[in-house]
Amino acid sequence: MSENKKPTLAIIWFSGCSGCHMSFLDIDEVLMELAKKVQLVYSPLIDVKDFPNQVMITLIEGAVTNEEQLSMLKRVRAGTDILVALGDCAVTGNVAALRNAEIDGDFAVLKRAYVDTSYHNPQIPKGVPKLLKRVYPLHEKTTVDYYVPGCPPTSDNILYVLTELLAGRAPQMEKISKFG
Amino acid sequence: MDDEPIELIIDGIQVSAVHDATILEVAKQYGIYIPTLCDLEGLTSFSGCRLCLVEIRGSPKLYPACTTPVTSGMEIITNSEKLKEYRKICLSLLLSERTHVCSVCIANNNCELQDLSNKLGVDHVSFERNWTKHTIDSGHDFLVIDRNRCILCTRCIRVCQEIEGAHTLDLKNRGKDSQITIDFDALWGDSCSCTACRKCAKVCPTGAIYIEDELISKTKDKNVVSFLLKRRMYK
Amino acid sequence: MRVKKFILADIQKIAETEVDFQRAYKYRINVCCSSGCIPLGALNLLKTFEKLIKEQDVAEECLVARTGCVGTCSAGPVVVVESGGYIYQNVTPEKAKKIVIDHIVLGLPVKSLLYESKVFLKKQHRLVLRNAGKIDPYRIEDYIATGGYSALVKCLTRKSPQEVIDEIRISGLRGRGGAGFPTARKWSFVARDHRSPKYIIANLDEGDPGVFANRTLAEADPHALIEGLLIAGYAIGAEKAFIYTRAEYPLAIDILEKAIKKSEELNILGKNVLGTTLNFDVELRLGAGAFVAGEETAIIASVEGRRAMPRPRPPYPATSGLWGKPTVIQNVETLANIPLIIQNGGTWFSKIGTPKCTGTKCFSLTGKINNPGLIEVPMGIPLREVIFDIGRGIPDNRKLKAALIGGPSGGCLPDILLDSSIDYESLETVGAIMGSGGIVVIDDQSCIIDTAKFFIDFCVSESCGKCTPCRVGLLKIKEILEKIIQGNGRIEDVELLSKLSTFISETSLCGLGQTAPNPVLTTLRYFKKEYLEHLYENFCTANKCFKKKEILRIG
Repeated sequence: MSENKKPTLAIIWFSGCSGCHMSFLDIDEVLMELAKKVQLVYSPLIDVKDFPNQVMITLIEGAVTNEEQLSMLKRVRAGTDILVALGDCAVTGNVAALRNAEIDGDFAVLKRAYVDTSYHNPQIPKGVPKLLKRVYPLHEKTTVDYYVPGCPPTSDNILYVLTELLAGRAPQMEKISKFG
Repeated sequence: MDDEPIELIIDGIQVSAVHDATILEVAKQYGIYIPTLCDLEGLTSFSGCRLCLVEIRGSPKLYPACTTPVTSGMEIITNSEKLKEYRKICLSLLLSERTHVCSVCIANNNCELQDLSNKLGVDHVSFERNWTKHTIDSGHDFLVIDRNRCILCTRCIRVCQEIEGAHTLDLKNRGKDSQITIDFDALWGDSCSCTACRKCAKVCPTGAIYIEDELISKTKDKNVVSFLLKRRMYK
Repeated sequence: MRVKKFILADIQKIAETEVDFQRAYKYRINVCCSSGCIPLGALNLLKTFEKLIKEQDVAEECLVARTGCVGTCSAGPVVVVESGGYIYQNVTPEKAKKIVIDHIVLGLPVKSLLYESKVFLKKQHRLVLRNAGKIDPYRIEDYIATGGYSALVKCLTRKSPQEVIDEIRISGLRGRGGAGFPTARKWSFVARDHRSPKYIIANLDEGDPGVFANRTLAEADPHALIEGLLIAGYAIGAEKAFIYTRAEYPLAIDILEKAIKKSEELNILGKNVLGTTLNFDVELRLGAGAFVAGEETAIIASVEGRRAMPRPRPPYPATSGLWGKPTVIQNVETLANIPLIIQNGGTWFSKIGTPKCTGTKCFSLTGKINNPGLIEVPMGIPLREVIFDIGRGIPDNRKLKAALIGGPSGGCLPDILLDSSIDYESLETVGAIMGSGGIVVIDDQSCIIDTAKFFIDFCVSESCGKCTPCRVGLLKIKEILEKIIQGNGRIEDVELLSKLSTFISETSLCGLGQTAPNPVLTTLRYFKKEYLEHLYENFCTANKCFKKKEILRIG
């Protein structure tokens, strides 16, 4: 069986703490088996510039907070069959979305990060992607097929979802999903 | 005649109940699970959360199990697809009303709202969430109220009034602006009626009222009400 | 001084004296001094008329009286000259002079100032409002002269409590508060109960925007309400009644307070009413103006001095009401019907309206309509006649888009449904409710989604906050509607709206929550095209929306 025939998997990191990625890596030795079953075509760990076309499963960690992520999400949705929101940030907005409580939350976080807590040359940087007014969970900006909540989701849950999806079944999250 | 037990059916199971018993009490007796949030054994029923709604065959309406008394021949359905769906919507609404972020909440893993959401299969909230900035009052020696995590179940109000007899806590404003208030809109530290009995923190289903520097798993104690009532030799 | 104890026969005497007194005058100038006309200078006008008749030296043949609402609120300040019922509109002190000189002194009605009242009055059937605009609400004698309190006398002398209830049953009277529960059935529940004390609450807490029927009634004819309460008390065996009203109704409160005091002086209220064994007290209770306080269990909480929050029923107020005692809660319009039914018999009443829905109903006609005001029509009249005949259609010959009937939680009915008759059952089938009796007319300049949002806004801010569906669910509906209006709606939103609306109406605790999504449900049912136009084409027929668009949703 050639490499290309294997189902493709993409993992994306938006505004999150990468904890969900850590939890994913916590599958430990099963990762080896998983690697035989799927081809990882896009992730923070591999050096691919553009998101490929026709990916079977995409896991997204993190909330949508800036314009770059928004356009990326558009690209991802167009190129993915099954979109999975991985972790509380992607499902609810979580910590990143706490700034939504402020009227000018986008400005407030930049000011805090680059001005208030900076000793040398405090300034809000230019040229970085513009923050959105609000932080959105994925499903508020696009259609999400499956939700795996948790902060982070347990590696068992991630593995379960991937196994089911690769086997062509719909994962039943009813009993196992857990916020926080 | 009033002493004769009432025969009825819950989820296909033939059960018998005493007069004046509510559907919830009877269901509990027979180990039939009906989700509840505002209800707490020993306190008056509030019927606000609407999670315990059940269907009664022959009626198009839904009935809150916590306040509806059983009658003879009733046929009750507690877990139809429609009820499951409605319970999910109800929890989604509660989750989206205020700032409920489990991962940074003190009550994480000790929260009834979180537990119910997990149990009833709420894996995401389809409504846009409100991120609120209500006041947090930590002026008391050890009691803290974070109104952003409050679901207005009024357990704390009822326990304060009915069990402790202090009536320190009550509701102010209405609708979405409803808040738990202390005395006449005082700060908790300035309250002259609060006896610092901690019962509000014990019965709070979420992390809205908690005790500083204490493990939340140690604080939470839903059974405090029935325990006290038993000691006071109420029925 | 020995206080005179009035007895039953005195009512007749008071009536005769008053009729003789009024008969001495050839003309009677009724100046409408209700909450609608007072801001337009009605009180000043009253003084002007009093001065003018003295100046013109006609004080002996002309009586000037302040009265309640005539109903033609768009034409205020309104003055009616009797006999003949000449309604003068937009009267100013200058016009007043002309009226007095031409009409009273010379006997020639001033045609140019007259209000075109033919159609307005012809299609109406004024029972409850029989005295509105005709008697002085501050004078009990005026009410007695028109036959007031004779129904009470009839009950006390010739009818047993059960016969009173039977008469009401024959009449088919149903509660006018909105749900339409048969009054006789409600009474007999409580009458059968042998516990005491029992209570009656008159619900005068109208919180709907654009509804003023009950206020007008109390301002125009307070004694009809008191008589209704007395008869109800006699029938069910209650000795205490509360009139629950809003603190925002200062005039109605003043009039009711004085009416109660006057009735007590005449021994109509108090111990041994008119020398009989009946004891009856009426007390006024003021609410803080919450819409939800019109719900019966919330009224009970409020009268008891607690926060006006509804509680689940059962137990119903009839078994466990005020302080746990059997309680009848009745809308004031229902109560004002009672004396008439006793006077004229239940059979007479049952012939008015439709067989299932007898009698009349007051409606407050507002919105985009030529002739807003308070009207009373027989049940079963088509909505179209109300809007186009009595209301004289839409200003500037615009097209009618929808009529919202039943207050903020009523239904938006499109033009094609205007021929449906106004009665409880017909309205329910088309998705509206009778409610408190508000009709808001909406023309084609309004966006239907914006209209729905307006009413949802009202219910969001008036929700008591007790149950989740109403408190949070309505808020979510409002947010979704806002997004659609801004142009940020999603295609799924239509389905989400209808799902959420059905959820709220099925799971809410009280009537407010259960009916609050009606404007959304009915607009989704009858104006779905507009929702889809907003979502798919960013098009608003009224050109009102899409002022605040943000980045479009993707995928």
